[in-house]
Amino acid sequence: MNPTGVGFKKRHIGLIAYFVFLLLPIYWLLAMSVKPNQEILGGFSLFPQTITFANYVTILTDPSWYNGYLNSIQYVALNTVISLSVALPAAYAFSRYRFLGDKHMFFWLLTNRMAPPAVFLLPFFQLYSTFGLIDTHIAVALAHCLFNVPLAVWILEGFMSGVPREIDETAYIDGYGFPRFFLTIFLPLIRAGIGVTAFFCFMFSWVELLLARTLTSVDAKPIAATMTRTVSAAGMDWGLLAAAGVLTIVPGALVIWFVRNYIAKGFALGRV
Amino acid sequence: MDNRPHDNKAWFLVLPVFLIVAISAIIPLMTVVNYSVQDILGPFQRVFVGTEWFEQVLNDERLHGAFLRQLVFSGCVLLIQIPLGIAIALTLPAKGWRSSLCLVLVALPLLIPWNVVGTIWQLYARPDIGMAGVAVNALGIPYNYTSNAFDAWLTVLIMDVWHWTPLVILLCFAGLRSIPEAFYQAAKIDGASAWAVFRHIQLPKMRRVLTIAILLRFMDSFMIYTEPFVLTGGGPGNATTFLSQFLAQIAVGQFDLGPAAAFSLIYFLVILLLSWVFYTYITHTDREDAR
Repeated sequence: MNPTGVGFKKRHIGLIAYFVFLLLPIYWLLAMSVKPNQEILGGFSLFPQTITFANYVTILTDPSWYNGYLNSIQYVALNTVISLSVALPAAYAFSRYRFLGDKHMFFWLLTNRMAPPAVFLLPFFQLYSTFGLIDTHIAVALAHCLFNVPLAVWILEGFMSGVPREIDETAYIDGYGFPRFFLTIFLPLIRAGIGVTAFFCFMFSWVELLLARTLTSVDAKPIAATMTRTVSAAGMDWGLLAAAGVLTIVPGALVIWFVRNYIAKGFALGRV
Repeated sequence: MDNRPHDNKAWFLVLPVFLIVAISAIIPLMTVVNYSVQDILGPFQRVFVGTEWFEQVLNDERLHGAFLRQLVFSGCVLLIQIPLGIAIALTLPAKGWRSSLCLVLVALPLLIPWNVVGTIWQLYARPDIGMAGVAVNALGIPYNYTSNAFDAWLTVLIMDVWHWTPLVILLCFAGLRSIPEAFYQAAKIDGASAWAVFRHIQLPKMRRVLTIAILLRFMDSFMIYTEPFVLTGGGPGNATTFLSQFLAQIAVGQFDLGPAAAFSLIYFLVILLLSWVFYTYITHTDREDAR
């Protein structure tokens, strides 16, 4: 933690090298998004020769494009709210009590992330069409709960286990009921955990494509699916695709900007 | 160590989670189990075939190849991403605006939809117009991911390192921040070396976040689908046909639902088994250390 001069420099060279590796593909995406198509395919150029924002204008003015973003944001937000509200009490139970089958339940939750999607897509489609939910935002939000709720429980449980149990006991002695204690005392204590969990839920729901594409057709079609279809229909419009890609990073970057301080505060995940 | 009270009423708190996950998990799983033991001839015509599909899948040479490729790939992913993630998390600035900026930049690849990740690398690595492809060829190393099998495999691996190491970094970084300053001061007084601090303070404190990081990285890399599908389409030849691609070829390409379902169940069990091994191994050594 207290590096000497030489070690200090070496560490920073490593870090800078990593950031170059990290940012170059993103720079390439940005550069591509402002190049006209002839220039992209015409040959290699490190910097864009002609800068055009036509691709961004297309995306922001064409409803079939920007609706994709609105749809994605809607189901991702729904999913984050649902995941957090069911995971919070469950994580509290896992962190504070032992009960019948708790350890198995805890691991079983995680096994739901393990289903290979290719074959499970069809039963998923059948299940949600039975309920008449196909092409709605809530269907995608519920389907994404399959992998987000378990992760939310695991992360929140870690944060909760970091809060001393004496706080609960004191509150109960002072005459707080469970709901009031949980909402007014406990939740503020694990603010950081809620922020970090919300980020992870947002992230995994935002980037998932297969389930979201299977369960939607028009009204709730996510942006990632819009991108694949438009591309295959009109040949390869790389510039437009790159611009759409840049815009998919923006909402997530905003979310991480809001939770950065919570991550910086740190968490030790509790019982494993 | 574990003095939490025993109370089965806690189940009421877990019930919503159980219901919401079970609906999406158990019903599709049962459907897949049904497919795996039946031959579906028409909408209302099904024949029970027992374990025929399982035998067919288990004896499939192509599956063995895909399975081996998958194991090697996931092994490389873990061996590169976990140490790299820890190293970067240790080096990142801990406080101030630099720290915030680094966190936001590090998280960027995680926030890109998976097909877009594939698209980025498809362009970035192209030997004629992509920055990385041109740079590598300019160094005198012949590189072309669309025609050379090893190059394609390596591109997918590097893409995955680019895409997912940030997850390990974020988790480890958060784990490191939870270590009280007093621990470091005590280590300094004892004259502990940087390695000793890492081995006896930082690593044990990160063990729990690392468990999640290792499990997530293992499961997700074992099921990698969208990114190589966009980047290489599984080729050239079979070089980047991992298990999920192979499964999709059977299920969607040939529409053989029975074998595909049997395959997914085996696939699922393999992931479950390996995750369980990781999980018990890590929690076991955790208890050893606590003693």
